[in-house]
Amino acid sequence: MLKLKLIEKEKSPKIEIGKARLLVEMRNIVKKFYRVVANDGISLSIYPGQIHALLGENGAGKSTLMNILYGVYRPDEGEIYVSGRKVSIKSPKDAMRLGIGMVHQHPRLVEALSVAENISLSLTDVGVFASPRVIKPRIMELARKYGMKVNPDAKIWQLSYSERQRVELLRVLMQNAKVLILDEPTTMLTSSEKKELFSMLRKMASEGKAVIFITHKLEEALSVSDIITVLRKGRVAAQVAPEEVTVEELARLMLGYEMISTVKREPHRYDGVVLKVENLHVLGDAGVPMVKGVSFEVRQGEIFTICGVAGNGQRELVEAITGLRKVARGKVFFLGRDVTNTSPRLLADMGVAHIPEDRIHVGIVPDMSVAENLALKKYRSPEFSTRFTVMYDKIYEWARSLIKQYSIIAPSEKIPAKHLSGGNIQRLILAREFSGEPRLMVAVNPTYGLDVAATNFILSKLLEAKKRGVAVLMISEDLEQALKVSDKIAVMYEGQLKGIFPVEEADIREIELMMVGVK
Amino acid sequence: MPSWIKLVRRADVTRTTVIAVTAASFIFAFLLASIIFFWQGINPVAAYHDIFISAFGSLRGLYFTTLKAIPLLLCAVGLILVFKANVWNIGAEGQLLLGAVAAGWVALYALPNAPSFVVIPVMFILGAVAGAAWAAIPGFLKGKFNVNEIIVTLMMNYIAYKIVEYLIYGPWRGAGSWGYPITDEFPETAQLPLIPGTSIHYPTLVLAILSSLAMYFLLSRTKFGFEVKAVGYNVEAARYAGISFFKVCFVTMLISGALAGIAGVGEVAGLHHRLIYPWSISSGYGFSAIIVAWLARLHPIAAIFMSFLLGGLFVGGYAIQVSMGLSYSVIHLFNGLILICLIASEILLNYQIVLPRGELKWQRLKS
Amino acid sequence: MAATEELIRVAVEAGTPLLLATLGEIYAERSGVLNLGVEGMMLMGAATGFMVTFVTHNPLLGVVAAAVVGVLLSLVHAFVSITLRANQVVSGLALTMIGLGLSSLIARKFVGLPLPVRIPTIPIPGLSQIPIIGPGFFNHDPLVYFSYACVAILWYVLYKTKMGAAIRAVGENPAAADAMGVNVFLVRYLCVALGGGLAGIAGAYLSLVYAPMWIENMTAGRGWIAIALVVFALWDPLRAMIGAYLFGGLEAAQFTLQARGIDPSLLGMLPYIATIIVLLIGVKETLRKRIGAPAALCKPYYREERTL
Repeated sequence: MLKLKLIEKEKSPKIEIGKARLLVEMRNIVKKFYRVVANDGISLSIYPGQIHALLGENGAGKSTLMNILYGVYRPDEGEIYVSGRKVSIKSPKDAMRLGIGMVHQHPRLVEALSVAENISLSLTDVGVFASPRVIKPRIMELARKYGMKVNPDAKIWQLSYSERQRVELLRVLMQNAKVLILDEPTTMLTSSEKKELFSMLRKMASEGKAVIFITHKLEEALSVSDIITVLRKGRVAAQVAPEEVTVEELARLMLGYEMISTVKREPHRYDGVVLKVENLHVLGDAGVPMVKGVSFEVRQGEIFTICGVAGNGQRELVEAITGLRKVARGKVFFLGRDVTNTSPRLLADMGVAHIPEDRIHVGIVPDMSVAENLALKKYRSPEFSTRFTVMYDKIYEWARSLIKQYSIIAPSEKIPAKHLSGGNIQRLILAREFSGEPRLMVAVNPTYGLDVAATNFILSKLLEAKKRGVAVLMISEDLEQALKVSDKIAVMYEGQLKGIFPVEEADIREIELMMVGVK
Repeated sequence: MPSWIKLVRRADVTRTTVIAVTAASFIFAFLLASIIFFWQGINPVAAYHDIFISAFGSLRGLYFTTLKAIPLLLCAVGLILVFKANVWNIGAEGQLLLGAVAAGWVALYALPNAPSFVVIPVMFILGAVAGAAWAAIPGFLKGKFNVNEIIVTLMMNYIAYKIVEYLIYGPWRGAGSWGYPITDEFPETAQLPLIPGTSIHYPTLVLAILSSLAMYFLLSRTKFGFEVKAVGYNVEAARYAGISFFKVCFVTMLISGALAGIAGVGEVAGLHHRLIYPWSISSGYGFSAIIVAWLARLHPIAAIFMSFLLGGLFVGGYAIQVSMGLSYSVIHLFNGLILICLIASEILLNYQIVLPRGELKWQRLKS
Repeated sequence: MAATEELIRVAVEAGTPLLLATLGEIYAERSGVLNLGVEGMMLMGAATGFMVTFVTHNPLLGVVAAAVVGVLLSLVHAFVSITLRANQVVSGLALTMIGLGLSSLIARKFVGLPLPVRIPTIPIPGLSQIPIIGPGFFNHDPLVYFSYACVAILWYVLYKTKMGAAIRAVGENPAAADAMGVNVFLVRYLCVALGGGLAGIAGAYLSLVYAPMWIENMTAGRGWIAIALVVFALWDPLRAMIGAYLFGGLEAAQFTLQARGIDPSLLGMLPYIATIIVLLIGVKETLRKRIGAPAALCKPYYREERTL
């Protein structure tokens, strides 16, 4: 139901490949992580003045390859040449010395430090005992040149996502980088912020810099780049110019099969109210109000999605509903019962399931077995325990059936959960949360960082649950996905809900503007 | 880490690897100690000979080793539980002393004339309660306010030292002690029975071994054991699953304090038969128990063997104190070296160290 | 009036070893490494400082030797916890045990001997004439002035220089610091070594100035108090000064109260009880002022690992 929208492209003066001097060349790069081959003999050539898109699915090896170029990882095999000279890049510092800079997907900045302090750390010309303040004029000058607004004294934690990204970009520019690597830079930007970013990148390319743009979004690769390298399963699947391919062709190259959307939204048939939140106020970790007077209802068989840029109070809202955080003011009702400030254990027993945002640090206990993780909320139920003891045999048996049912790839139910891959960990969590036969499912970014197959599996399970009459409250940063599966969408901005609409009436442009507080 | 060394995460560790690595680090610690001894003009071979012969070379030595192993095992079993919950009780020493004080009070003041079958159980129960109460303070502060339990338990040790000191210098100083800072001897009814021909107070020994078996059961089979593991491995996930950190932190501290308290009862009612200087009551069992727990890789059954090993080291420490004129504190040097070698070796358990060239050769051989 | 001056003087004197050790530990923790071996490093510093001074009759040499020994010992902790990524808590405990055992072994022939030379008291001209605070703060031995300088320099470096930004970055978010080209391992090693050196000097102060003699285990828990003071100081060198002198004052008060006939064992508990209270205050302040422990404290850093 969502059409690909091509963003108008500002064409750069065309540079003929081969004529320009080769800036960076990576030859036959191989990198393994504990039996997983992330890069399997990848070669890549980077030319100045070009925007080079590195396209691929999650797990295709894009980030690994660029982390090798940036010195974060060391390749197991292969060679790197910069300006024709063979180099060994042992650390980001080496990379910077060679003029290679990277803007990470999650800006690698120290929150407690100011903008100037963060930038000064990567500048070799600022002395060890010099004050970071000396670079303030340089920051201001560069920011003016590219039309960015920056306050060098602001602490990073005070900045929004796109502001942080700009700080990283400034940092890389101030190191005189000739090669700029941007890892999934648009994931958390609104369309107007995207446009701004793209025009900045154009300007940088026109000055002769090489820009490497990592993405898994086809339309962005097509609209912004001069050349596209497609990676699949750790190998180069193709290298094409954007004029030569269609979206469909590119999708096939990237996925290796036709992109079929198996996820279909069912028309909603909902009745009773399961969750009712009334004028909720919640404080954040720092003691400041993060949720400021939120009210909404989720009904049986309804998927209610709250969209928003991370950090606008979604986390605090979810934690308050699931009993993990104290409610400062307001009420939460579950099936008509007042459950404000009820313990997470009681809520879980009553039928509130929760797929947490942070799977590894919150969702599982990595050092406990898969079976124990599946039983994390059930080990004390009469089904699996006596007065004092846990009946492990029964848990193992039950775990084996869940592993089969949810196609979790695990050699045994007794191995530690940390040995599972990201997608399988999410399946484990899903299996556990649905096994409690919940009435309400709170799912926070349930498909974040998963590949297409795992994403489809998770979404189909949520839709199945909805059909059974489960109320689903989803928190999502992925607006397109939210529009695909939800019945109702609300936008959260600075602790408040900016409007709740049935999905039929939702307008993607308007919602995007709401997400950044323009509307 | 030098660039030519590569670390590869291991998937699984076999029991043989664990035992081999533990033994190797133990031996390595002794090698380090010999270098220090040699530098200090002490013949390490003679020192180790003395240590080994005195601890394990005779029946009499084995009795003494067992005597030392009793408090070590009791404290270590409790520490295994708190360490599993990722709570750091460094205060077993103080909890042990409080148990000793409780026993002293029962024996000398509360029930001086009661028969054995009353006094002895009461001493053990009150000793456990006193140890638990002493551990309850840091347990509560950690669980409720997240106050660093390491520092609080340590401070509680020093306070416990001072309490014992106060009692033996002041109100409890014995009438028949010739002015020495010790209490009167416990009445015979309050002295623990011994295995005939030895000085081993077997009730405490039995309690220690039972506690280690019970701990094994608690950790591997019970609901509380499940909760302890969940909290210890990932406190956030445990909270998310509805497991109370406060409960786990507080209860594990109580249990470990109680076990240390029982050890204290054993020391004064089974061995010294009076309250004496605090550092003579305990001689650092609470600290050495940390090493026992770590040597046993937090396995309660393995702790039985490790407490005998460390107990032997204690006996040996006394022996070289006499034969070589060294201070008793030297035992801490051994303790520290063993501990640091032990945790340094953990990287060998979690990772495989691969030398790239060696790896290539190996692959070539295979193909 | 004279009593106040005397109280300040004794508080500063008793507080100086705490201050030095606390400052060092602040730097170590700021870089993300908890070193519970302060007590052990202080003991080794005290023993070495005493022995070297006893043999050479040169207290400066003694202090330098104490610092070197403190650094060496701290490097053991650094190697085990930073390079080998072992548990920092256990490694620190082991370090304390080693320090306790090793110091009593190497200095066994020096127990109770009198120190042949004394470190002189040098009143600072002008400043020591200021009423009340002059004699209290500016009529001391050079090590006390050294500790003042340390507070000023360490505060300035931590908050006003790129070096300080690097240290804080490494303690808060080592992955980000690494990405910015900061050598995480080097910064951590340096901070831990600085902590060791200052702990060594703190120990030498005890055996050369405060006691002055060598007795086994003479630190009597001061290393642990220093670790508690780090929390009370909210990882800020200036606040460390307040905490250290508060404890110094407590020690001074102890002597006065003992003279009035209060049991020395009971009085001896005071610093330890106060430490627990100070920790509680520190934790409450952390919450109120929203200044927490460095986020990466106790977490070993390594690069080659991929998060799922």
